[in-house]
Amino acid sequence: MISSIVLITGLLLILIGLWGLLTHRNILRIIIGFSLMGTGTHIVAVAIGYVRNGTAPIIDRALDLSEATSRAVDPIPSALVVTAIVIGMAVTAVMPAFAIRLYDSKKTLSIDAFTESKW
Amino acid sequence: MIRRLFIVVAIVSFGLVFASLAIGYTEQQALRPLAESYVRLVPQSLGAPNVITGILLTYRGFDTLGEVAVLFMVAASVGLVLGGGRSPRSASFEGYPDDARTSSEIVRSGTEILVPLISIFAVYIIMNGHLSAGGGFQGGAVIASGVLLMLLAYPQYQPNLEFFSVTESVAGALFVLAGIAGLIVAGGFLDNRILPLGQFGAFFSAGAIPLLSVLLGIKVGCELSVILEKFRP
Repeated sequence: MISSIVLITGLLLILIGLWGLLTHRNILRIIIGFSLMGTGTHIVAVAIGYVRNGTAPIIDRALDLSEATSRAVDPIPSALVVTAIVIGMAVTAVMPAFAIRLYDSKKTLSIDAFTESKW
Repeated sequence: MIRRLFIVVAIVSFGLVFASLAIGYTEQQALRPLAESYVRLVPQSLGAPNVITGILLTYRGFDTLGEVAVLFMVAASVGLVLGGGRSPRSASFEGYPDDARTSSEIVRSGTEILVPLISIFAVYIIMNGHLSAGGGFQGGAVIASGVLLMLLAYPQYQPNLEFFSVTESVAGALFVLAGIAGLIVAGGFLDNRILPLGQFGAFFSAGAIPLLSVLLGIKVGCELSVILEKFRP
């Protein structure tokens, strides 16, 4: 039940980010749309790894060594998402760099000003 | 008009695909075989209580190395895009009166309290990566947030970019050397058994995982700080 809620939240975030990046003309808002899509994808990946009545795959007081394989959630999507968050942040850092250069050349942040790159 | 229609069609079709995903989703009852073997093997043969850090730094350590390479490439490309030849940068900087540039009292006092706490918290997260939730990536991102706070509160703060670049390169090279040492001394590339496994749950345990976490945290922190520093006016 809880993972269905998290899954639907992640999918909604992807849809909102997609709508945002298709509709807005301001470059910074398009960048925020990309970031929302990335966050939504991470949430979907973690939600899929949930095991019913499971807990975090860390062996401590809450989870014994003997019951680890029966009560832990899937660790693989969490591990992949840890890497994906850092890479997503780094790639999102390149986008404002391009936005700064675009603003330097045309003095406006609207992508409607860059029409001469269409063929 | 056509563009609006196209956008609505795209969103609706994606929405239908996602709805079919959400409706057809049922929660897993038990772990899949690969996940179950990871959860069983990491405490047993790697000696690390945190299964996710064991996966990230040993079983999928090669992906982590690829991620480190991607970060380095991103830092280089931000340096390239924002590098030399930007239009009037230093001219507008000198045009501002001095008190319009310094931040307010609240921001400076808050920064003086928060930056040491953030630094200690980041070191704690990195060092406890193998015992509880945490690890190299998470701690490195927290270090970078501390540097960002310093950059925002003190506009005259000039972090030593040379030091960051050299430190990050050395940390990356040591990471690869530790991996090669795994090839020579232990089971394979980036095997963590090059250092003794120690007692399960102790601070110095789980072989080379704390060492790799520290190197990863240093590298990620320096990388993100260099990227953030390039954005200053």
